[in-house]
Amino acid sequence: MRYVDEFRDPVRAKALLGRIEALAASLAQARDRPLYLMEVCGGHTHTIFKFGIEGLLPKSIELVHGPGCPVCVLPMGRVDDCVALAETPGVILATFGDAMRVPGSKKSLMQAKADGADIRMVYSPLDALQLARANPGREVVFFALGFETTMPSTALTVLQAEAEGIRNFSLFCNHITIIPTMKAILDSPELKIDGFLGPGHVSMVIGTAPYRFIAEQYKKPLVVSGFEPLDVLQSIWMVLAQLAEGRTEIENQYVRVVPAGGNDKALEAVDRVFELRPFFEWRGLGSIDHSGVRIRDAYASFDAERRYSVPDVKIADPKSCQCGEVLKGAIKPWECKVFGKACTPATPMGALMVSSEGACAAYYQYGDLDDLARRSASA
Amino acid sequence: MCLGIPGRIVAITDPVHKLGTVEVAGVRRAVNLACIIDEDHPIEACIGDWVLVHVGFAMSRIDEREAEATLALLAELGEVMEAQRAMQAAAAGEEGDHALR
Amino acid sequence: MSPLDAVPKSIPRRASVDLPTVTLAHGGGGRAMRDLIDGVFLEAFGCPELKEMNDAAVIALSGLAAQGDRLAFTTDSFVVDPLVFPGGDIGKLAVCGTINDLAVSGARPLYLTCAVILEEGFPIPELRRIVGSMASAAREAEVAVVTGDTKVVGRGACDKLFINTAGIGVIEHGLDLGPTRVRPGDVILVNGLLGDHGATILNARGDLALSTPIESDCAALHDLIGVVKAAAPNLRFLRDATRGGLATVLNEVAESARVGIALDESAVPIRAEVKGFCEILGLDPLYLANEGKLVAIVPEAEAPAALAAMRGHRHGAEAAVIGRVTDRRPGRVTMRTVFGGERVVDMLVGDQLPRIC
Repeated sequence: MRYVDEFRDPVRAKALLGRIEALAASLAQARDRPLYLMEVCGGHTHTIFKFGIEGLLPKSIELVHGPGCPVCVLPMGRVDDCVALAETPGVILATFGDAMRVPGSKKSLMQAKADGADIRMVYSPLDALQLARANPGREVVFFALGFETTMPSTALTVLQAEAEGIRNFSLFCNHITIIPTMKAILDSPELKIDGFLGPGHVSMVIGTAPYRFIAEQYKKPLVVSGFEPLDVLQSIWMVLAQLAEGRTEIENQYVRVVPAGGNDKALEAVDRVFELRPFFEWRGLGSIDHSGVRIRDAYASFDAERRYSVPDVKIADPKSCQCGEVLKGAIKPWECKVFGKACTPATPMGALMVSSEGACAAYYQYGDLDDLARRSASA
Repeated sequence: MCLGIPGRIVAITDPVHKLGTVEVAGVRRAVNLACIIDEDHPIEACIGDWVLVHVGFAMSRIDEREAEATLALLAELGEVMEAQRAMQAAAAGEEGDHALR
Repeated sequence: MSPLDAVPKSIPRRASVDLPTVTLAHGGGGRAMRDLIDGVFLEAFGCPELKEMNDAAVIALSGLAAQGDRLAFTTDSFVVDPLVFPGGDIGKLAVCGTINDLAVSGARPLYLTCAVILEEGFPIPELRRIVGSMASAAREAEVAVVTGDTKVVGRGACDKLFINTAGIGVIEHGLDLGPTRVRPGDVILVNGLLGDHGATILNARGDLALSTPIESDCAALHDLIGVVKAAAPNLRFLRDATRGGLATVLNEVAESARVGIALDESAVPIRAEVKGFCEILGLDPLYLANEGKLVAIVPEAEAPAALAAMRGHRHGAEAAVIGRVTDRRPGRVTMRTVFGGERVVDMLVGDQLPRIC
């Protein structure tokens, strides 16, 4: 596959790894702890595990998996609301596959489907709109989630529905924004991250300027990274180079896809349809100001929250759940008291274990659990 | 929200609704082109373009020159490393010879 | 002599199977049911055993004992949705699936049952098509369907059509296959491109709106297995990589045999379109179902012969060595990725779902 296979080339990887090792070794001389690099985005976590990148890096670099997984941070109360929508008579709930297994306080969408709710998995919001066209007697609700990457597609779908006069289509909006998320992490006192791999596809929409505050105020380097393994390695190299040279800048490794100014058409559509919520609840991270968007009044007829009544109950995370600390990078997944015990992919307590690139599920699926057990025993 | 795949636009199916067909390794899917068209890039000119596809939308045009540049940079690193290694190996070989005498 | 040699060429069709759909009467045990069985099942299967409509098929033990010393006995139910898909249908699956279960146990597949549960209102022409697929798959495999059962349930009580097939076969004396025979150093082979069936079914459900030329690889493998056994007399283990894909089979072996398995990702054969399909949806092809692919584990010395034998067979043209059994990390399957790093290939929890993240 073009633009994919070339960026998985192990020969080019060797050279990069040599550079990374050299830089890490020189940086290690002045430090008594490993370098902590955080990849914000769940897609990067997936790449790191799928290609076994962590094992290729020197031990003086540790990767910390950040909260860039919009499924992982869905609070239970919102999942309950979505289940309620799905169980409303006449409703077809259309959702991405990722959201099917996230546990609500009583059940997940998968379980609601087994109980008889009409829930359909779609690849695109356009397919949800097509369901509305094909089923004029039913109400189609689309479970919209994702960061800024996915907002334009939802917004453009609403605009398309409006243009066609489709009246039986609405969405349950759970889109969230990346910048307040990153701020919440940077502000947390337990933080010891030295540099960041920035979300490549969010940046394709918003550009690279919004991250400037990270370099200027928080004095941390950030490299916007692509999703193939060579991209991730090159980005790690670029972060290390900044640290070695005493720079703190926002750099763009993913230049073939990310324009510095983002995508105007996408941002226009988002701005037309959505506005910021004053605050939004995040699983494990609590309430974060201006971190979510809702549908503007002009498009209220497409807002499922206004068309239907949902329980809208704030459900606390289970007490033993340490998702928040893992999301902030304060602890590693296996350091969570319930990891692998009460909380496994088969019996997830928190969404980090449910979503396939939640840090915990990724470790459980791909990681070297025997090695982790040894590490935590010797710690 | 990260899963995007490069694909090639092989057809324009509905210019009014800005829809086309994208192909990835022989798999085809309808795709919305609204984010990548403007006065400089009208829809008809998109055939053959490589784009980043996310949930049925073309979100960015892939810059082929930048892609080549990235790969070339990484390849160069490899050549430099090989050259360095060859020099080190040669130097070690000379030392070894000295040691033998 | 094959059990099919005495097949009558046609059986007169009865009137009630000219109705368009199945009704509850067709399951009632009376005339309508006889008509359905005669007109659809017997007409397709044409086996003399079946025609006698006894309560049980009767098979001489002496005939079986002449072919080996153990009976292999298996059953499977088939509930796939959609019923018809590129490369096959539920009928072909039901026959090949059970034949393969017998064959990977080392048996020569001989006889099958065919039990069908129909939902009231199921179209009879579609039933004919599916039963016809079963019959031609059985004929091609030289396996006879010797007994069966038909039930009809009310609308909604089952999803269109469920099929159960049970099968018996005979295992020749001295042949012993199983995970406990597997040893470090053994070589792991597959007979071709992986993931075709799983991708086909996922796509055929229509929700994803992807158009691909991918087809199910559904096939009966006992003949292929015969040539592998001949080329590799010390064959250790065989299993077909159905639900859960290659990764599930290998994890089962690693766990039962307490051995490690080391795979080489670049050696695992996957069609370009299946790779593309998986990349778009965020799926891992190692977990996709196959219906015409098996995993064979052979001693290292016999690997070249086994590979050559597979490649010489029509169901093994793209066969490949994909990894080895090791004593490192017993119970675990690890894989050297195309990128050079290593990852663990674990058991899946639940079905794989397409993702956007």
